[in-house]
Amino acid sequence: MTIDMLIDIGSWVLLSLGGFFVFVGGVGVLRMPNLYTRMHAASVTDTMGAILIIVGIMLQAGASLATVKLAAILLFLLLTSPTASNALASAALLAGLRPSESTAADTERHQ
Amino acid sequence: MSRRPALTARILLLLVLLVIAWLLWSGLYKPLLLALGAFSCLITVYLARRMGYFENDLFALRFGPRLFHYWGWLAKEVVRSSMEVTRIVLDPRLPISPQVVDVKATCKHPVSQALLGNSITLTPGTLTVDLHNGVIKVHCLTRSGAEGLMAGEMDRRVAALEEN
Repeated sequence: MTIDMLIDIGSWVLLSLGGFFVFVGGVGVLRMPNLYTRMHAASVTDTMGAILIIVGIMLQAGASLATVKLAAILLFLLLTSPTASNALASAALLAGLRPSESTAADTERHQ
Repeated sequence: MSRRPALTARILLLLVLLVIAWLLWSGLYKPLLLALGAFSCLITVYLARRMGYFENDLFALRFGPRLFHYWGWLAKEVVRSSMEVTRIVLDPRLPISPQVVDVKATCKHPVSQALLGNSITLTPGTLTVDLHNGVIKVHCLTRSGAEGLMAGEMDRRVAALEEN
């Protein structure tokens, strides 16, 4: 009973923390000023949110095939979500959406 | 012409691996699901062919202990920078200083460069926008994030993965 309870508590801590980071990602997307900065906030949801929630569910699933599948889902998620972000960012750049504060880096280069 | 059999063999090897993976993950052997599985595997191979995947070695990324060690380090970085971005998002003043920097990729292989670009994107606060001729254009949320990236530890670690 005690071991089960410890696993349950650990699982709920992970799930709650994951939910917190998903929430932070959402708040960040609303607060940030433009597309590129919003994507930074969204990546908190993609990474910390996804990792904590999936590991939390893995603890609930225990030593079963479902846990292996969840691990695979997490791996594929971590491989594909940055790829999707790259596609989005590079499409925005190609479409002519300049990161508005790029001037800071530009002036440094000219010095 | 001598490349032809090798190419066919590589395509078939990928197809067999995909079919095995599908059957293991699915575990349901109804005609509809098997047909959908066959369709997914074929379209994956077709897309991989179109992307020029078979022009390179099939397994350019070696799954050694070194890669897992790198993943461990990357996980630590992801946690650290997630905390950083969380702190910024929840700060009422929203202290951001977005900027774009160019990072030189030391690694030469396209797969290693893709690994570096994806690792940069995966870490909250830095976002790969473009990768061209070994130079990665990175959008950073803060100046300190940009400076951390320019210190080049991630670049060194990915380059070290490439050594034999």
